[in-house]
Amino acid sequence: MKRFLAGAVVVLALAASMPFFFHNEYFFFAAYVVLQFIVLATAWNILGGYAGYVNFGTGAFFAVGAYTAVALYKAFALPLGLQILAGAAASGLLGFGVGMLTLRLRGIFFSIATIAVAIILETVVVNWHYVGGAKGLPTMRPADTPFFASHTVWLFFVMAVIAVIAVGAARYVETSWIGRGLRAIRDNEGAAECSGVPTLRLKLGAATLSGALMGAAGAPYAQYLSFIEPSSAFSLNYAVNALAMPIIGGMGHWIGPVIGAVLLGTVQQVVTVTISSEINVLVVGVLLVVFVVGAPEGILGLARKIRSSRKP
Amino acid sequence: MPHVAHPAFLVLGAFATYLVASYGIDPLLAGLMLMPVFFVFGVAVYQFYYATFESRGTDQGLRGIAFFFGIAFIVQVGLILAFGVDQRLVDASYIGSSVEFGEMRVPQRMLVAFGVALALTTTLALYLSRTFTGRAIKAVAQDEGALRLMGANPVRIKRWAFGIATATCAIAGALLIVIGPVEPGLDRIYIGRTFCVVVLAGLGSMSGTLVAGLILGIAESIVLTTAGTAWAPAVAFSILLLVLGVRPAGLFGR
Amino acid sequence: MTALLQIEGVSKNFGGFAALTEVSLVVAKGERFGLIGPNGSGKTTLINCISGALGNDAGRIVFDGEEVSRLPAYQRTRRGIARSFQIPRPFSSMSVLENLIVPLEYVVHRGSLHTADTRGEAMAILKDIGLADKADTLASSLSQVELRKMELARAMAARPRLLISDEAMAGLSSNEVSEVLEILFKLNGAGITIIMIEHIMQAVMKFSQRVVCLDAGQIICEGAPAAIVADVDVQRAYLGA
Repeated sequence: MKRFLAGAVVVLALAASMPFFFHNEYFFFAAYVVLQFIVLATAWNILGGYAGYVNFGTGAFFAVGAYTAVALYKAFALPLGLQILAGAAASGLLGFGVGMLTLRLRGIFFSIATIAVAIILETVVVNWHYVGGAKGLPTMRPADTPFFASHTVWLFFVMAVIAVIAVGAARYVETSWIGRGLRAIRDNEGAAECSGVPTLRLKLGAATLSGALMGAAGAPYAQYLSFIEPSSAFSLNYAVNALAMPIIGGMGHWIGPVIGAVLLGTVQQVVTVTISSEINVLVVGVLLVVFVVGAPEGILGLARKIRSSRKP
Repeated sequence: MPHVAHPAFLVLGAFATYLVASYGIDPLLAGLMLMPVFFVFGVAVYQFYYATFESRGTDQGLRGIAFFFGIAFIVQVGLILAFGVDQRLVDASYIGSSVEFGEMRVPQRMLVAFGVALALTTTLALYLSRTFTGRAIKAVAQDEGALRLMGANPVRIKRWAFGIATATCAIAGALLIVIGPVEPGLDRIYIGRTFCVVVLAGLGSMSGTLVAGLILGIAESIVLTTAGTAWAPAVAFSILLLVLGVRPAGLFGR
Repeated sequence: MTALLQIEGVSKNFGGFAALTEVSLVVAKGERFGLIGPNGSGKTTLINCISGALGNDAGRIVFDGEEVSRLPAYQRTRRGIARSFQIPRPFSSMSVLENLIVPLEYVVHRGSLHTADTRGEAMAILKDIGLADKADTLASSLSQVELRKMELARAMAARPRLLISDEAMAGLSSNEVSEVLEILFKLNGAGITIIMIEHIMQAVMKFSQRVVCLDAGQIICEGAPAAIVADVDVQRAYLGA
């Protein structure tokens, strides 16, 4: 635990000092996206990798966080910190709700319900004119920027903090008795229940936490882009990436989604800029299938195999 | 089987019909011609799925779902790359004209589609209950072990079933593009409609799907005329969530 | 005798199929109880209803004076009912030791985890059952026999007051059967009530104080082991008319 805290402090200090080394704003734009994916992938993995329940609707949880922040800012001019908390609360509630509805049934029903929720909510937002409806809403960035010279750098740092919190939460869940219970559920839910594991409660907890973290990642979105509209906030891209990154990185350990997010996120930034954004999306899909079929334990699994085959 | 890619195959069927129809062939005929192609495709996909996942044990559920999701996604993006995001439609003698029933005017293509769909569903229902393979398919869903003991190979049965299901995507896709224009993003909406109908009917009930389909169709039309097109996509999914919450077994499920 | 488990008029249907019809029986505290019957007679369904893996459609299940029919399985385990599965259900991504730590953490030491030595306790149980050398092996690489032993060990780790052993001895050699019997006797000596489902008649006769025979979802005979074996209905159920 102490090692992790020390590491977290180092990471944040590094993040805070980056503006002194990098003066290109684009770097911080791109880094923000990668950090955002770290949060989404880590959050997804808490329910998907640890407990075995697949969320196909990451976009919905992300967008709920974003739109909650926008609505509250428009109504009450809430500061960013509170927006993030509100976004997390809203998406956490969504996770809890979907869970209550479907976690008593077989896993596939939960997955389908997440798609359902994504489409329903997108339809609701499209018809909600207060936040701009289908046309979208331009959002103003607040005039003053705490601590940092540029607003982009400030948002980058905020996302770094959220990422550290997300990874910390995942690590805590994974290494504690909670993680063991979730793994038992994933391995054999019936046997887990008969061994005293309160399966529904643990699943609901994981779904709520996962949703909340995704909402937290979404909250600063409008400020980041200075604009928000439903088709990009609810984009299927988030669902596919949140699924692909943990699978490619490795689902059993908290560092897997981080690896997947950094690698895949960077690759996507490069491909989008150099080739095209459609090809980029295809690349993610293909990589997902390749890894699911060939390397189900992800990069972490491959690394482990290489290490153990090197031993005499 | 967590075959979330089925709606994607449906849209694929629609676009394949579009391609074949552009050579001047009637779209329904095109759909029929595509059925064997899709059957083979389905068998191949299932074989791959089985070899990679099911034969390795039961803890592959997540990978299976993720695999089909990836396939669905690739199909969708592939269609966008090949055809663009615009809508495509086909032309035929029965598209564009209407038939009069007393005071109502029903577009002819709707009648044609309805007729074909009814024929298809009835054929499938008869197949599943009257033929040996058909009943074996139903049996596999209930108790695979028992089926194996009776001398049928569950893997071959499932492969066959998957092939049939994919073949129906060909003709269903043809019907889809006959009824109206098709674009690649449609599979998301059809995931909702397909699962809504299946869950509402109750797993395992063929006749139930007709009733459920009817209910969904009526519900969507009501919403369309009262609240407008912007709310239509959510209808299927909302009914789905409602059913899951209230009566997960569906109307006719066991 | 004080009753630990009372089953009153329990019925369970699957669609049109009646798996259990109005089954009633009483198991006394500290008793060694045998449950026999041909395949498909409803033994495992009854166990599933007792442990909470299934909900009974009619009737009541009362454990130590408390009705548990509506409780989810994990709460019944926490109240002292543990069962092993006929076909082993290991937590395959975990080691044998970890498999036992799950019930220790979730049943025995809830609320006092920071003071508990779950590893030590799990090792002690493994030693008792003869799996100590496999403690750190992944459950997925165990042999069938070892899996069955781990099933039993995991049920024991929950420190139950009622232990239901569902065909734990199937496929074991006669030496291994004796080993498992010895463990069950020891557990019973320590005060644990045991329901044993078995097809190995010698084991059932040696172990049970009372035996009940199920056939087609109904109890057809109840009594001392010797009486059951001699009963005409029981013989007919097993051998056919």
